[in-house]
Amino acid sequence: MSGGHVLGALAIPLLGGLLISGCARRPNVREAITLVTSATLFLCVAALLPAVLAGGRPHIQLLEPLAGLPIAFRVEPLGMLFALIASGLWIVNSVYSIGYMRGNDEKHQTRFYVCFALALSATMGIAFAGNLITLFLFYEVLTLVTYPLVTHHGDDAARRGGRVYLGLLLGTSMLFLLPAIVYTWHVTGTTDFQVGGILKTQLSPAATAVLLALFMFGIGKAALMPFHRWLPAAMVAPTPVSALLHAVAVVKAGVFCVIKIIVYIFGLDQLDGSADWLVAVSGFTILAASVIALRADNLKRRLAYSTVSQLSYVVIAAALATPLAIMGAILHLAVHAFGKITLFFAAGAIYTAAHKTDVSELDGIGRRMPLTMGAFAIGALSLIGIPPAAGFIGKWFIMSGAADGRHLFVLAVLAISTLLNAAYFLPVVYAAFFRAPKAGAEMHPHGEAPWPMVAALLFTAGMTVALFFLSANLLHLAGKVVAVNP
Amino acid sequence: MSLALHLPALQVVIPLISAPLAVLVRRGGWAFLIVTAASWAALAAAIALWLATADGATISYALGNWPPPWGIEYRVDRLSSFVLLLVSATAAIVLPYARASIEREIPHAQHYLFYAMFALCLTGLLGIAITGDAFNAFVFLEISSLSGYVLIALGRDRRALVAAYQYLIMGSIGATFFVIGVGLLYLMTGTLNLADMAERIGAIRESRSVLAALAFLTVGISLKLALFPLHQWLPNAYTYAPSVVTAFLAATATKVSIYLLIRFYYSVFGESFVFQKLPLPEIMLVMSIAAMFVASLVAAFQNDLKRLLAYSSVSQIGYITLGLSYDTVNGLTASLVHMFNHAVTKGGLFLFVGCAVAVAGGSSLARLSGLARVMPLTSFGIVLGGLSLIGVPGTCGFIGKWYLILAALEKGQWGLAMAVVTSSLLAVAYVWRFVETAYFREPHASLAGRKEAPPALLAPALLLAGAMLYFGLETSVSLGSAAGAAVMLMAVGK
Repeated sequence: MSGGHVLGALAIPLLGGLLISGCARRPNVREAITLVTSATLFLCVAALLPAVLAGGRPHIQLLEPLAGLPIAFRVEPLGMLFALIASGLWIVNSVYSIGYMRGNDEKHQTRFYVCFALALSATMGIAFAGNLITLFLFYEVLTLVTYPLVTHHGDDAARRGGRVYLGLLLGTSMLFLLPAIVYTWHVTGTTDFQVGGILKTQLSPAATAVLLALFMFGIGKAALMPFHRWLPAAMVAPTPVSALLHAVAVVKAGVFCVIKIIVYIFGLDQLDGSADWLVAVSGFTILAASVIALRADNLKRRLAYSTVSQLSYVVIAAALATPLAIMGAILHLAVHAFGKITLFFAAGAIYTAAHKTDVSELDGIGRRMPLTMGAFAIGALSLIGIPPAAGFIGKWFIMSGAADGRHLFVLAVLAISTLLNAAYFLPVVYAAFFRAPKAGAEMHPHGEAPWPMVAALLFTAGMTVALFFLSANLLHLAGKVVAVNP
Repeated sequence: MSLALHLPALQVVIPLISAPLAVLVRRGGWAFLIVTAASWAALAAAIALWLATADGATISYALGNWPPPWGIEYRVDRLSSFVLLLVSATAAIVLPYARASIEREIPHAQHYLFYAMFALCLTGLLGIAITGDAFNAFVFLEISSLSGYVLIALGRDRRALVAAYQYLIMGSIGATFFVIGVGLLYLMTGTLNLADMAERIGAIRESRSVLAALAFLTVGISLKLALFPLHQWLPNAYTYAPSVVTAFLAATATKVSIYLLIRFYYSVFGESFVFQKLPLPEIMLVMSIAAMFVASLVAAFQNDLKRLLAYSSVSQIGYITLGLSYDTVNGLTASLVHMFNHAVTKGGLFLFVGCAVAVAGGSSLARLSGLARVMPLTSFGIVLGGLSLIGVPGTCGFIGKWYLILAALEKGQWGLAMAVVTSSLLAVAYVWRFVETAYFREPHASLAGRKEAPPALLAPALLLAGAMLYFGLETSVSLGSAAGAAVMLMAVGK
């Protein structure tokens, strides 16, 4: 029965995509299908939650493309959390998309919604994957179905962005991830995600470090430097794509894979010392990306580099490989999703209502779009890590984990990065509310963006605050990931 | 069941007889029906043989009741039944497509001749796979090659004649080398029966004549299978042949040659001799790697889709021979399963390209710009085939790649594993040339107001597109046969 829910989570968006493609000429029906599909998917995923909380691990196995390597799904708490976030935010994002796509008169809207549904199906596949081969399959599918979304505008800029996007994501996964998976299979004879890891004593510490490097750089979606450029390149996409996929589904799939592989393939005990280099690389990524974000004038570009930096928070926490830090990684994965999607929603709303894309144009815009910029401020607070925004919780746990292990480097990186975050977000908020509009700026009258967009971004901003107070539930789920590890 | 006993003979005789029948009726329509029916019957026979040998059994059939080694023996084991299945299934799918396709490309008066030649080519390819006799293999090789030259020359572009001529010269050199090799072996062993030859060759294996025979056979067959750098005939032949001929030959001709090479290496000379006493694996390794990189790079700079895919074939053949050069069970499995999967992929790709050519009137990338807006299904099919060439998981191209990497890592050869994945990135480069042309450009003038190709063309292509996905996810037939055959060959090849 629960296995059926897993299949349902994969099939519902597929079916939705099929129906959407049949309703190209009736936009209202099409959008209704998108909404119904996303809601159904969320319910289907949520129905798995009680079983997982009770300690059940719903699983199902489909085909066996390679001898001994079936396509298998197994729901564990981490995947559960990721699936809940992705499917839940899809509903909100769909509402937002309708406002955005209509408000900007975008073309090829049917293709857009179909690809979106397919991307969600692939995301569910990643979340519930029971072994590396299944994970890899859906990982690649996600790259491919999001390519048409990234290149949605079909112009030269889109094509160039698409090349970087595809080249880096497909390239890293084939060059590093695939050999890493094959090698894991060769060494252990399994690719199943198992509690405590499957690489016990087969590898020397040096070999473990190399294999870890292949995995970490192979997961290009986690945007570890120097393979991060696809993320800013993907910003040529319409904003709803950037919001759900490049702040939530795709990038979170990346760090989700990182956590999953460190916890269930390597095992926390195995990594002793082998992940030190990863701490350094992700620490560097956090700071370097923040500095670039500081200098970016284009709002979406600034957000993208902020994402690159925040993703490495998760990676650095996972690399510490202590239960407390892993919990921090998981919490950060969750709370960053809500904060960042709010920021992207706001960016899209500004673009739709005011046709502005650069930070330097935003002086005084808070007076015309108080709701949007208010939500933006909450998102920004969350990313900086100031209570009562949820971002604080993730940061708190990562820092506790670092402090526990006396990782001064990590603490220093996080502290500096917090300052940098504040430095690139707070001026935006300040300018929007407290500066007078620039003289000479075109003064065409505009108010807030269309109501579906405003509703969506208010909701996610509200959730960002609510999660701070509801964090006990998140903690409960995250604790289950590490609790079984000694 | 006496009929079931004669299945090995029927496998070859049915398509053979359909050829003169097609000439006798002298009508394109009737010839089409006869040859198509024959190809389906051949498919049925191949399925029956495949099932009969699935448990590892070997069927020996004495042609004309002359017992081997004096008479010609047809011998079906897991390997040959796998190849028979591949060849006959391709023919059965491609023939229904041929009717609508040659309508546009070949003058009406020549249609019945086309079908006759097609039937002969099919006969030859099936014959190579089924025969247990070295000289008989040469005869079938010539049947398939000669009819192949004619089929290529039927292309409507005048350059098809030059392409066919080029292939004729290269193919004849290959066939000559082959027959010299067979002659030397006959001289040394006094037999033409492959199984018998294998037994008698043991004592004299390291004589100079046998070595010369091996060299002649290797070069001759390598010409036929287009091993880099002996592939010069292939790009032109694939580019200018009629669409359906390209699809059929790309899926079968080179694959059957690979079968022949494997047969001689493992079942006649013996694995330990070929791969451990001689530097053959090293030579083959270098050629394969060169094919994977050079041909992929060349493909990325082509301006004609058929030629681009032809160079891609050369590079994919490199994958197949690379697996062969590993000389391990997993390496051989990689070779065999990729042989099958690449046939499915390239066959399907060329059928889709044929659809595009039928509508756009040419296969140059310039003419196909904006194709996706006019022919979404065809474009999607080509992209899907391209993904399989890249080896994206979920498509059949992934399976072979997985085993190639696994086999390399088993030997501790990280460099080779990296070579395989790097080469597949080059495939991304050439596949994306089509993607960007078809999806990001305005439609070419010749596409204005056009629609998808008719169902008669589209349906077989879509069937193969489905097969690309099917064999990427459910591999009991493809991988099962390949792995079974690999285990068998490695066991007896010692």
